[in-house]
Formats: sequence, structure tokens, C-alpha cells
Amino acid sequence: MLADLLPALIITRREIRDQLRDWRIVLPIVVLTLIFPFLANFTTQRILGFVQKYGANLLAERFIPFLLMIVGFFPISISLVIALESFAGETERRSIEPLLSSPLTDSQLYIGKLLACVLTPLFASYLGMGVYLVGIYYTTSWRTEPQFLLLIGLLTGVQALVMVSGAVVISTQTTSVRAANLLASFIIIPVALLIQVEAVMMLWADYQVLWWAVLGQVVLAGLLVRMGVTHMNREELLGHELDTLNLRWTWRAFSTQFIGEAHSVKQWYLHEIPRTLRKLLLPAGLMILVLAAVTFLGAVEVKNLGISPGTLGLDRLQVIDSQILGQLRQYGFFTASSVAAIWWHNLRAVSIAAVLGIFTLGVVGVLVLMLPMGIIGFVTGAASLTGLSPLTTWAAFSMPHGLLEIPALILSGAAILQLGASFVTPHYRPSIGEGLISALADWAKVTLGVVVPLFLLSAILEVFVSPHLMARLLGGG
Amino acid sequence: MIQTENLSKRFNDFLAVDRVSLQVSSGQVLALLGPNGAGKTTTLRMLTSVLKPSTGWARVAGYDVVRQAARVRASVGILTEQHGLYGRMTAVEYLDFFGQIYHMSPNIRRKRTDTLLQQFGLGDERKRRIGEYSKGMRQKLALARALYHDPPVLLMDEPTSAMDPESARLVRDAIQGLRNARRTIIVCTHNLPEAEELADKIAIIQRGRIIISGSVGELKNRLLGTPQYEVHLGVNLDGFTFHLPEAARQTAQGEDWIRYQVDDPRQANPQVVQSLVSQNLPVVGLYEVPRSLEKVYLQAVGSEGNDTLQMNEYPGAEAETEHAG
Repeated sequence: MLADLLPALIITRREIRDQLRDWRIVLPIVVLTLIFPFLANFTTQRILGFVQKYGANLLAERFIPFLLMIVGFFPISISLVIALESFAGETERRSIEPLLSSPLTDSQLYIGKLLACVLTPLFASYLGMGVYLVGIYYTTSWRTEPQFLLLIGLLTGVQALVMVSGAVVISTQTTSVRAANLLASFIIIPVALLIQVEAVMMLWADYQVLWWAVLGQVVLAGLLVRMGVTHMNREELLGHELDTLNLRWTWRAFSTQFIGEAHSVKQWYLHEIPRTLRKLLLPAGLMILVLAAVTFLGAVEVKNLGISPGTLGLDRLQVIDSQILGQLRQYGFFTASSVAAIWWHNLRAVSIAAVLGIFTLGVVGVLVLMLPMGIIGFVTGAASLTGLSPLTTWAAFSMPHGLLEIPALILSGAAILQLGASFVTPHYRPSIGEGLISALADWAKVTLGVVVPLFLLSAILEVFVSPHLMARLLGGG
Repeated sequence: MIQTENLSKRFNDFLAVDRVSLQVSSGQVLALLGPNGAGKTTTLRMLTSVLKPSTGWARVAGYDVVRQAARVRASVGILTEQHGLYGRMTAVEYLDFFGQIYHMSPNIRRKRTDTLLQQFGLGDERKRRIGEYSKGMRQKLALARALYHDPPVLLMDEPTSAMDPESARLVRDAIQGLRNARRTIIVCTHNLPEAEELADKIAIIQRGRIIISGSVGELKNRLLGTPQYEVHLGVNLDGFTFHLPEAARQTAQGEDWIRYQVDDPRQANPQVVQSLVSQNLPVVGLYEVPRSLEKVYLQAVGSEGNDTLQMNEYPGAEAETEHAG
């Protein structure tokens, strides 16, 4: 491992030396490291004086750590610029080719550049925080626990790593700095939102949440680094010269993957769909585990939240009977339009989940699909408080349409997980674009070929059969 | 040595290199000629294991370009068309940086840096930032980088472009020296006299395909016909009747010269001289009529476009492909 890292450090050393010779990098770092902390210190004193006049000492106390975080964040923002330039800049200046022709591995090149992008701004950031802390100590005698300093230090470090690893991924996938800068909003916007949430937590003094934020960002940075290592390949860097959108090629790649080797719908169903389903075995297994876990958690959460049977009107579950069925009939529930509405609702949910999954490595997409199972678990747990059997309640809410709907959810979630995984799977495809198109085609294939029909059948059952079973199980009718 | 067989590279819909088969032995220089965008650079990138071939295979210095990519890269020195030097570094720092990447010891790096900077006339500029170098100096430094780890295989894209004649001569001499040192060299160039001077073999590539290859002489014979000679005489030929031996076919005549074509100059030329002298026509000079590589190139590139014609017209291209296998 160390032997692998050493050649990467050659790149890191060169890059850092280069950074320190570039006044456009050095000047902002000096200003943000040595001048901005004094300004922050001055601001802190003014604010302390102001709020103390009104006895708002609590606010003053919390303002210092908040500004400490900001002082730390400003220099690492420069890492974004350096990282965006790292590969795209070298590609643009054509200095990348001698490096790519050298015996360095793709990972060594990537890690070397990643470290170079992180280290200088992070060092500047810690220096700035140190300057601010020393200044604050001398002017206000403010001191804090080492644990808190560790938290802020780690938070700053992982933020830098998240920004840089994301920016390097962008940099490896673009052929010009301009294109990389245009795509930087994919990093700037989420990080800006994150900083705002962290700032609120800082003023709220909910430091426990910030530890979770550190953990979450470590996982995210890990995924981004993996994604970067996966997609940092020589072929990608030199294989394309222009960042153009080739719609014709995109469509052809998609349709080739979607249709596969089938020449008819029958062949598509008999050969292509099973082939795709086999590819989804692992993510489907994961989805089953996740959905089972969230159902269980939903049920457990009832106890944690101290829900009583009357809180949600669940005690009335026992009075579902043929009268309710009559009411449903009166409202026009047992009609084709209800089937269409339920079908459309489910389809919309999995489509939104897929879109969210693309932008979040599959995570938020799966979270969306977990939600109904969590609710079912919660309702089952709550119903059990009324003395009903959890299994009966679960069956009343989910059967028989769940027999089709849950597998559809699992398959859809598996395809979404695969979509997210396509970004971070090593050598899954030569490029992120191709990997994404292939995973999208698989998602479309599974959705159109399996999920849509399953949802339709489950909607029919949900409208015409499930209410009767529910009435029978819960009301004895 | 370098050996390729049906080497192809496709970028989505675009076939950049199409079934290229080459063989370059140690101590040989192959000049890869072709119009811009013909596939020269892509071929070189595949030979440095930077790009993976879509089909076909290649071995460089005995290593497979796909399966032994790291070894291939360690064995190849490449001079890219755009040098891509780091402007904020000095020449010494720059070469030392690449020396570290190639796992060279500090001592060897120091010696190698001194030798190469001296060889390319950059000794006095060693402490200057590369950003302040002229185009020619950058080119020389890039070449020094390509040679730095003393690789057995050298791939050079336009090695003398942007150089003044003196520097270009320096580089050409360096390439000759490397050939003598049994290095395997491929040079991509648009400078045809340079290719003619340096190359043992020429391959012309167009639209990704090698349309013709062979030694300079072979290509000239194949495309321009057998050589023509011009004999200069000590008398005026006006009103003079003469005849040439059967082995020579007269193609032109001037006031005091005759141009003829022969299939076998070694046999025919002494006969021609002997015949003219016996007819009391004193021979004052005998020269081969220059057949430039430029003509060969233009003819090859100009008549390409019809695949059938191409293969029929240049059977050597097929033969070369088979030979390489």
C-alpha cells in the first residue's frame, strides 16, 4: 500500500510546489489565512460587545465556534478551484500526456493529484483557524474543549475532501477548465446547503449532529474517491477531445442496451428481461434487506415515540367492516379510475426515486422507496398496541396487492441502486456516461417490462380485492 | 521492437485507426506519414498503452500493450506533438520529476540531466523557468524528457517542428545516434525530407489505414516507377544520332543530356556509359533524377479513397500486413 502511495507523492510534491509558485493561489490563501482571521476576530469582539449589552451571552458564546468554522471553510474553498483545474487544466495544456505515458497507475495519478489539491488549502485552513483561536484567546479568553476542536478540525477536513474528490471527478470527465467550472455548481450548491445546515447546528450547539455530519461526509468522500479512482482512466482523459453531447450516440447506446439481442417482444421478455433481472440479483437482495429493516424500524419506532392507540385513531381499525366498504363504493373507489390513479401514483414514485437516485448515487432514490414500507411497519406496530396481531394488520394493509407491489418496489429499487452504483463501480463501463446509459437502460427495461405490469395488476387488486380482505381481517366482515 | 497486428481504435462511431499492422525492429526507424487526423497520434497512444485498442494487438519492447501496460510505458519514451511542459519548473526540476516517476536514483538523475541538457544545448538554461523558453528550447527539453530513462523504444510526434535548422540537425543527429544504439523508433512527421533522411521504413496512413509501407526505395519504385538517370555529355547533341542499349529506355533529351529509365541500374548504367563512349559521346556526368518522397506521398494520399484500387495498386501494403503477422 505504502509502496503504491510513494509514486503518488511524487505527483503531490510537484503539484504543491507548482501551487506555491502561482500567485493566484498563494495570494488568496495568505489573505484568507492571515488577514481574514483578524477580521473575524474583530467582528467577534464587536458582536460580543453588542449582544452582551442585551445580556445575550449565550448567542455570543455560540458565535465564536460558528466563526471558527467559517474561518476554516474559506481557505478550503480554494481547494475546489485547484481540484477543478487538476486534470482538466493539464488536459487543456496537454501536459497530461507525458504523465499518462509514464508507468504511474491511474490510481497513483488520481491520489497524487487529490492529495495535492487537499493539502495546501487544508494546511492554510488549519493555520487560519489557529490564528483566529489565538487571537480570540488573547482578546476574549475564550477556550474550548479539545473534543470540540477535533470536531471542527475533522469537519473542515472532510468538507475539503468531499469538495476536492467531487471536483476531481468532474475534472477527469471534462476536457477544459471552462467545462469543469460550469459543472462545479454540482458541488458548490450542495456544499453551500451543507454549510448552512452546519451553521445552524453550530449556533444551536447541537454538536452531536455535527459528528454525524462528519461521518456522513466521510462516507460520501469515500464514495467520491472510489468514483474518482474508478473513472480516472487514461482512455477517458485522452479518448475524447470535446465536451459535446452526442444525442444520436446516446440514443443508440441506450436502445442497444434496452433491446439487447431480442428481435421480438417475446424474445425480449424471454431472454433480455431475465438477463437483466439476473444482473439485479445483488441489489435486489440489498433492497429486500433494506425494506425488511425499515419495516421493522417503523414498528420499533412506535415504542420510542410513545404512541398510544388513540393518537392516530388506530383503535378504530377494529371497526372496519362492510359499512366502510359501502362508503368506499359510494365514493367511487371500486372503479377503473381508482386503478389508474394508484397505478400512476406508484409509477410517479419510482420515477422520482430514479431521478433522485441518479444525483445521489442511488441513496435518496432508495430512501423514497423505503418510506412506504416504514409507514406500513409503523402502522403495524401502532396497531399492535390495540391488541391486533401485527401479522394480521400487516396483511390487512398489504395483501394481496403487496404480493405484486412489494416485488415491484424491490426490483425498481434494485435498478435504482444499480444506477447509483454505475458511478462508483470499478471498470463497469469505460466511462461514466456509458455506465449511466447502460444502467438507465436496465432501469427502463425492468420498469417497463416488469414494474409497470406488476403495478397495474397490484392496483387492480388494491382496488377490487384488498379492501374486502382488510374488512375481513380487521372487522371480521 | 514494435509489432502490431490489425490494430484498430474506435471512438463511438468514429474509426480512428483501422487494422494497422506494423513491424519495426531494433535499430530501425519507421516514419509514419499521413495527413492531419489520419490516426498517427492515436496509433502512438495505443503503442504507449495510453489508449486500449478496440481490436487487434500490439507488442512493444516485447510487452503486450493491454496486458503489460505498465511495462510498456516504462519501456517507451514519447515525444508528444504538444510538449505540455510545466512552465513554472526549471529544466532540471522537470527532468528530475520524470526521473523520479521512472524510479531512477538521484545520482543517475543528476548525471542524466547534465548529459541531456548539455547534448541539446540547454546547459546554460538549466535554472530558467520553462515558461521563459522559446518553442525550440521547449521541443528540445521535451525530447530530453522522452530520452531521459533511456528507453528501448522511442515514439516521436513531429520531433523537429518549431526548431531552427541548427537545432533540427542536432535532433536528427540524436535520432541517428539512437538508431545506431539499437533503439526502435517511430517518427510521425510532416517533414518529408527529414523522414527520407531518417527512416529505414515509411508507412503512410490515411483515414486510419496504412495505405502503403516499405523502404523509401521500394515506395518510390512502386509509385513513381523504376529510377531515371540523366547522363550529361561533353558534346552538343543537335543533329547527332545515337542509340542506347536495350536495357535503357530514353524518356527525354536536352542540348547535351539524355534521360533514360532502367529496371536494373547496376547492370544497365555501365552498358549505357560504354555504349555512349563507343559512339564518341564523352560522358561528363551521370545522375539519378531525384524522386522525392513528397511525390510518393502525394501520389499515395491522392489516389487513396478507393479501397479496391488501393489494395490492387499497392500490393506491398497487403504483403506488409501479412509479413507483420
